[in-house]
Amino acid sequence: MEKIPILRMGPFLLVTIQVDLYDRLALNLEADLIKTISDTNAKGVLIDISVVSIVDSFMGRIIGNIASMSKILDAETVVVGMQPAVAITLIELGLPLTGVHTALNVERGMELLRSKVNLSDYSSSEDEDEYESDDQRDY
Amino acid sequence: MGANFIEILRKSHSVILEKWIDSQSNIMTFNDDLISNQEIREQAEELLSAFLKNLNEDNASNGDAPEFDEVVEALSDLSISRAKLGFSPKETGVFVNGMKNAIMDTLEAGMTAAPAELYAASKQLHTLFDNFNIVTFETFIRGREEVIIRQTDEISEISTPVIRVWEGILALPIIGTLDSARTQVVMENLLEAIVETGSSIAILDISGVPAVDSLVAQHLMKTVAATRLMGAECVISGIRPEIAQTIVHLGIDLSNIITKASLAHALRFSFQSLKLEVRKVQIPANR
Amino acid sequence: MSQMISVITKQSMLIQQDQDVVPFRNRVKECAVKLKMGLVNQTKLITAASELVRNMLKYGRGGQVLIESVSKRNQFGVRLVFIDKGPGIPDITLAMKDGYSTGKSLGLGLPGTKRLVNEFEIESTVGVGTKVSIIKWCNG
Repeated sequence: MEKIPILRMGPFLLVTIQVDLYDRLALNLEADLIKTISDTNAKGVLIDISVVSIVDSFMGRIIGNIASMSKILDAETVVVGMQPAVAITLIELGLPLTGVHTALNVERGMELLRSKVNLSDYSSSEDEDEYESDDQRDY
Repeated sequence: MGANFIEILRKSHSVILEKWIDSQSNIMTFNDDLISNQEIREQAEELLSAFLKNLNEDNASNGDAPEFDEVVEALSDLSISRAKLGFSPKETGVFVNGMKNAIMDTLEAGMTAAPAELYAASKQLHTLFDNFNIVTFETFIRGREEVIIRQTDEISEISTPVIRVWEGILALPIIGTLDSARTQVVMENLLEAIVETGSSIAILDISGVPAVDSLVAQHLMKTVAATRLMGAECVISGIRPEIAQTIVHLGIDLSNIITKASLAHALRFSFQSLKLEVRKVQIPANR
Repeated sequence: MSQMISVITKQSMLIQQDQDVVPFRNRVKECAVKLKMGLVNQTKLITAASELVRNMLKYGRGGQVLIESVSKRNQFGVRLVFIDKGPGIPDITLAMKDGYSTGKSLGLGLPGTKRLVNEFEIESTVGVGTKVSIIKWCNG
């Protein structure tokens, strides 16, 4: 069962979407992410879609959900690396993607997050590393 | 009984041909230097032969009959080659009608004793030739359409340049009407340039866009929205006073879009956004 | 949209579960690539196909999709026909209005999808099923 890895980069989390999300995988991602934000007190989430060539309303909803859930836990979400053809299609499709910031790449995304986020209440002793949840859930 | 008129026509093959060619030389609109008499004769002969060969009592009024494929093809070739040579569709139509007239005249002369059959045959042949005329027209127009499509593509390619005015700043002077096809080309070029150059500001200058109505405004807003999805910002400049007036009168809401009167203003705004400063340099007194 | 369209290639796929979506999208992409459709138009086509196939799974209990490459006069394109035997859509005009939603969708399904393609036809009968046909031309 594939699991989408969540990378920790200081106060931010990075999720790179490399496979086509289907229902179960998407729901698991949402759950994992929320738990991780809570566990690590993350202040921002970067969703990297630079290798995603199709974003339909299903995917749009997942991204929107992640943004809303993160916001509730006081974290901002930035979508990075959107492909031009995807951007053009999304506009035509009419997907609003509200509450979601966008940036050209991970680096810019992090700059954006730093400018938007209040890091004074972030505290953690761990360095940047790959963070996986401890409990091995059976998928 | 109907077979009679077909036989008459077949027997009068050369008479019809001569009548036809004679009638054409009386028409002053013919450009001698574009096509020689010899070529005219050859084309006429080809068409007439194909027609008479395939004409039978069943298909005498049906231009779509498969037997006439040869005729239709000859007509299409004729139409296209005439179009390429610079003839107008009227000239080509006149030429083809020359065949019809020659045929009708010949028939009339050969069927004076049977007016009822002459009338019936005429009706059928007229319907047939109407079909053929339509083919001629359609082919001509299709040929022109192909040229237009090709030219439109070429124009799209050359008229949406993306200029790197500064590191991080792109400028797109849009020249000409902005329809949905053009908008897609503009968006594609712009977004790809943003990825390639890592720019964060794109200036769309519309001083070269003649008219801005709700549809064009929609296209502009889509472009701005797409740019934002890429993490960059769009500034629209070059809005002529009349355009500003039209926009307000049409009730178009541009409050979500950054607009500047000129490219220069847009540039200054872009520098400010990127926290860049342009200063006059002081030249030291002694050299 | 039916007149003067000739079918060049034709294939059919059964869609019964989530896992069928990705192979379906890939098939559509292959079809478009063979016709040398540009990337933006490809993306629009596949995204529209994705929307419609998910609709079919979610509301129509799965069904069949015809994937055809077609031509009309000077242009080539891809035609997709989605046929399901689901509950049907009672009010199509309402479904085609922007903002309509029955499920937990964003309420953008059909109108948005229609904007992505060049030709869009929908027939639906309550209790019988739904049929959606779309065409995306290469230079559309």
